[in-house]
Amino acid sequence: MSFWNDPLKVAADWLLGVFTGWGMPEMAANILIGFLGVLLLITVLMVLDIFLVWIERKVVARFQDRLGPNRVGPFGLIQPFADIIKLIIKEDTTPGGADKVVYNIAPMLSMMSVLILWAIVPLAPTILGVDLNIGALYLIAAGAIGTLSIIMAGWSSNNKFALIGAFRQVAVMVSFEVPMLTMLLIPTIFAGSMGMSTIIEKQDVWYVFLAPLAAVIFLIAAIAELGRAPFDMAEGESELVSGFNIEYSGMKFGMFYAGELLHAFTFGGFLAILFFGGYRFFGLEQVSPFLAIAVIVFKAFIGYWIIMWVKYTLLRIRIDHMLAFNWKFLTPLAFSLLMVVALMNALLANAPIWLYISGMFLSNVAVAWAALEIARSVSRREREKVEGPKQVVEVGH
Amino acid sequence: MTGEQIVFLVVALFTLGSGFMVVTTRNLVHAALWLVSTLFGVAVTYAVLDAAFLAVVQVVVYIGAIAILFIFAVMLTRKDVRDQGPQMNKNWWFGALLAVMTFGGLYFLLQGWSGLSKTAAAIPAGFDAVAELGNELVSPAAYVLPFEVASVLLVAALVGAVYVAFNPRSGK
Repeated sequence: MSFWNDPLKVAADWLLGVFTGWGMPEMAANILIGFLGVLLLITVLMVLDIFLVWIERKVVARFQDRLGPNRVGPFGLIQPFADIIKLIIKEDTTPGGADKVVYNIAPMLSMMSVLILWAIVPLAPTILGVDLNIGALYLIAAGAIGTLSIIMAGWSSNNKFALIGAFRQVAVMVSFEVPMLTMLLIPTIFAGSMGMSTIIEKQDVWYVFLAPLAAVIFLIAAIAELGRAPFDMAEGESELVSGFNIEYSGMKFGMFYAGELLHAFTFGGFLAILFFGGYRFFGLEQVSPFLAIAVIVFKAFIGYWIIMWVKYTLLRIRIDHMLAFNWKFLTPLAFSLLMVVALMNALLANAPIWLYISGMFLSNVAVAWAALEIARSVSRREREKVEGPKQVVEVGH
Repeated sequence: MTGEQIVFLVVALFTLGSGFMVVTTRNLVHAALWLVSTLFGVAVTYAVLDAAFLAVVQVVVYIGAIAILFIFAVMLTRKDVRDQGPQMNKNWWFGALLAVMTFGGLYFLLQGWSGLSKTAAAIPAGFDAVAELGNELVSPAAYVLPFEVASVLLVAALVGAVYVAFNPRSGK
């Protein structure tokens, strides 16, 4: 077992030898090594987060036909460090009448709700925090803590815009959790487990080919959970100035901002894990765990890029339309897709693999087509109720 | 004292302390937030007992849905979230008596129970608690009937909520 095959275990064994050599009991040494592992993961993520700011600004600049940061360092790479210095030396204000304890806990909880997600992300077959067999539920539970942090921030700021933003965002998050959880069940049905490692190991064929509709619904629900455009009701710059984080200054605002960026990247990662094979890429993960990490980070960045693409292309949707879209379209669609997939899975359990894949794919396409047809006929009826029946005007002759 | 016992004591103290704050704090939103920390403590207790599924469901359902609903209700219905009135009513002695009697009764019952001094058997390797739980919930020999009754109850509650909210005259 060499360092290049299983770096974490080799490092942990070496540290265990060092610590017990110092006369530390083995249990205490193991706990300390666990803490060091968490520290390493969080440090890597936070350093990555710094560069996500740069990536986000560069990408939005390209979408808007600008250059983006290009003054400090090569390609503006040092810009995020300048931003951080600015955020740190800014005055740390607390609004009058704010609920101080809640006000200060909220940014921490917001960042925490994102960081704890990485406990279940398998970066390589041997490099993962913990292989929870309820990974999919854990994802939703972490989202619940994020929801809590937003309502705490909005309420404790003692500002009506912040409170309205928080209410809107929580309404969106609580509603879009339903289709998201439903879509998490589809990889669970395919893999027979909610654990992220098992889901990746079973993906000889990427699940996006088995259930393309599920991947799309998951992406939409994930963007809504993130509160990014077109679902950015919480911030709604033109209506609420900055929404739930309006009263936060300096690094406390920075925590919300960095948390949002890392959250987007994390959901890119989960999209990769659940539907695009995670760290697997034509056996590359067998060669070296470092290659596996490179593969999953690359896939996560593609997911992140799609989320940015949507954000910088679409306009904000009105809140009632957004909730109606969720409750009247996305949720019923997610439930029917889940039922169809479960039924097909039972019917095709003993079928050859090509039949299984094509059956799943075609049933997904059929559900998507039926949903769009129903939506079209309903909206036509609604339109006719308002405008009267469509008049066909003959021209010419 | 083993590590597990220390963790249990810390978590139990945390849970009880938060629970005490829920009923004594005068700020209703703070009470709801303390309730969140109580529920989180219960989730940690489940995790210590190797019931990871229950722990996560506790967080999803109670913190993610019920506590958020409480906070919403308090914020939307109250202009002033501080509670002004007296915190006890004249039946306080009766409540205290009931609490003491319940505690005494439980203490008396559990004194003769041999399970308190035993250590839990280790979970065999490869034991999948979630799969086991899922099978139990849908197998006719076990809990399929209570499971279905609970789902019927939830559907009835859902239909009832829609009926209450539905105004037939405006058609909305």
